[in-house]
Amino acid sequence: MGQVTMAQALNTALRDSLRADPNVLVFGEDVGALGGVFRITEGLAAEFGEQRCFDSPLAEAGIVGTAVGMAMYGFRPVVEMQFDAFAYPAFEQITSHAAKLRNRTRGAVELPMVIRIPYGGGIGGVEHHSDSSEAYYTHTPGLTVVSPATPADAYSMLQEAITAADPVVFLEPKRRYWTKAEVELPAATEPMHRAVIRRAGTDVTLLAYGPMVATAMEAAEAARTEEGRDVEVVDLRSLSPLDEDTVCASVRKTGRAVIVHEAPVFGGYGAEVAATINRRCFHYLEAPVARVGGFDIPYPSPKLEEHHLPHTGRILDAIAELQWEEDR
Amino acid sequence: MTATELNPQQLLPGEAPVRLVDESGTPVQAEGFELPASGVLRELHRSMVLGRRFDRQATALTKQGRLAVYPSSAGQEACQVGAVQALGAGDWLFPTYRDSVALVTHGVPPVEVLELLRGGWHCGYDPYRYRAGPQCTPLATNALHAVGLAHAARLRGEDAAALVFVGDGATSEGDAHEAFNFAAVWGAPVVFFVQNNQWAISVPLDKQSKAPTLAHKAIGYGMPGHHVDGNDAAAVYAVTARALSEARAGNGPSLVEGLTYRMDAHTNADDATRYRLGDEVDLWRERDPLDRLAALLRESGLLDDASAHAVDEEAEGLAADVRAQLGTDVHLNPDELFAHVHAEPTRLREQADLLAEELPAEQEEI
Ligand SMILES: Cc1ncc(C[n+]2csc(CCOP(=O)(O)OP(=O)(O)O)c2C)c(N)n1
Repeated sequence: MGQVTMAQALNTALRDSLRADPNVLVFGEDVGALGGVFRITEGLAAEFGEQRCFDSPLAEAGIVGTAVGMAMYGFRPVVEMQFDAFAYPAFEQITSHAAKLRNRTRGAVELPMVIRIPYGGGIGGVEHHSDSSEAYYTHTPGLTVVSPATPADAYSMLQEAITAADPVVFLEPKRRYWTKAEVELPAATEPMHRAVIRRAGTDVTLLAYGPMVATAMEAAEAARTEEGRDVEVVDLRSLSPLDEDTVCASVRKTGRAVIVHEAPVFGGYGAEVAATINRRCFHYLEAPVARVGGFDIPYPSPKLEEHHLPHTGRILDAIAELQWEEDR
Repeated sequence: MTATELNPQQLLPGEAPVRLVDESGTPVQAEGFELPASGVLRELHRSMVLGRRFDRQATALTKQGRLAVYPSSAGQEACQVGAVQALGAGDWLFPTYRDSVALVTHGVPPVEVLELLRGGWHCGYDPYRYRAGPQCTPLATNALHAVGLAHAARLRGEDAAALVFVGDGATSEGDAHEAFNFAAVWGAPVVFFVQNNQWAISVPLDKQSKAPTLAHKAIGYGMPGHHVDGNDAAAVYAVTARALSEARAGNGPSLVEGLTYRMDAHTNADDATRYRLGDEVDLWRERDPLDRLAALLRESGLLDDASAHAVDEEAEGLAADVRAQLGTDVHLNPDELFAHVHAEPTRLREQADLLAEELPAEQEEI
């Protein structure tokens, strides 16, 4: 296939899933004729018909709530929330029903459904179009929360999410939709719940997911050329569950860890990763675990977002403060 | 049929609630509806007697601390029984916390119905076994599940319909609006049954809605709205049965408003004297749905002392069973806390191990 964007990879994953299983349904706002505002569902309504890929009325609780009912009846709905902050009307259906129905019914009802959410900033979106909402979902038992960072993972993880037995919140880093990579589809990458090492290194571990993996890779390269540090980058991929073993193996090796995410640092997902590292790798640590994230502010306007989003400079600063021998 | 093909007048409820039996138990005419057959009437009566006895027993169990809480169905038996009896073999029921009598009528064993309210587990029955969603406490959210499931049945080419209960207060929730709209747009085979018991905890209907009736809401979504005397089990049955068969036939959803009254407080934990007047309750006591149907049955020779006694005996038997089954402590294995969270428990294994270590120690302390 050659050069593939993440958007194309997601589209192909949906197409292949619709082909593979007649129980897969795709619906949401503008996903039919338009193909979604990000074109992730492009061509699916035409190919599979109105019964399999359709526009719903404009109401997010309605979309997720009806998906719950469809999943109860044996379908595998894949629903699209148009933007991160516009998934909030569906919060009750996601947290009180999608996440809990297995538990409430003592395992009698399984809900195989995927809630796709384009998330994060960096695209110059006006307010409510750039939130990093992952912590709301990772804090909810019963949900699987994943975020791909590459086109190959986007394809492979979405397919796996659609075949999963539990509801998956599938966070798509919208600023990376148009990132291309050399990929042969269908691609099968590591299982969805595994973290992977994107770049091996020995001095410090950068832990990132979704949109920040590419940023972490850039920072790692800059750390090498500018400071001569050998940085390892771990792409978490799955936020809940967290692949603790891969994270800890890396941090035990390097002795230093920096977690990078776009979301505000306070109460952010990075706190969970830091706590895990402290609990399991304390004796291997050369320095306190650091976090680099957005400021604790509502997501800013397009002309200011570059100041808010973590970037190479901030990551390098965080690395520089990790109590290196030469500074002691 | 799409909304545009329908005459808007057909979507509006009639001037007065549909009624087939008046308060004295005398049959009355209602255009387009007939009094259900004798067998159905007898069954409605029997289920209401059983339902009310069940309900009284459940309320009594709260006083003994055997139930954590119980929202009573007293006064609303005609709505719950009438609507549920109208369900077909493949139809689904989506109840709320209020609808224990509906579930018992639907065939769910009483002890399984009460599992939620006794505090054992959140849902005591297998939804697939009884084609009934879990009793739903987040208001109106179950309406969307009903729409999704009904639409799914239609996609499969099956003619199942879904009946979902919501309260009058719950019609103010966004999810109710979204469900009405989704159902109408998709033509989903759903009947939204609004039990208008006139109170949402302490808030009366006029603080909830300015619609002429809740049934009038339906026209705004392009589906028919029916207004029915919710204390007339025969009328509730007839109206709901027709709404369900229209839904199964592919003619889309409808909304049925049953006008009734919550005789008890919101739950055993509530004190209704703080917000409503005694004479209102007395007024509705005179409109009792069981007395009304019993009077009709006696008048038409379908019920005599012997058959009434037999139903009462059956009800006492049911109550005795409920007492016996709920009189013992519920047995729960704390390890089950972790069993149904994910298909694969992943990180919960460690937490389960921790709890397992604590348990023998706790038991020794006792
Ligand atoms: C979303 C939501 N908000 C608030 C509540 C708390 N609550 C439980 S019952 C109730 C009143 C509901 O009234 P109504 O819908 O008329 O039904 P009824 O209890 O009278 O059967 C309220 C406010 C809830 N369960 N769910």
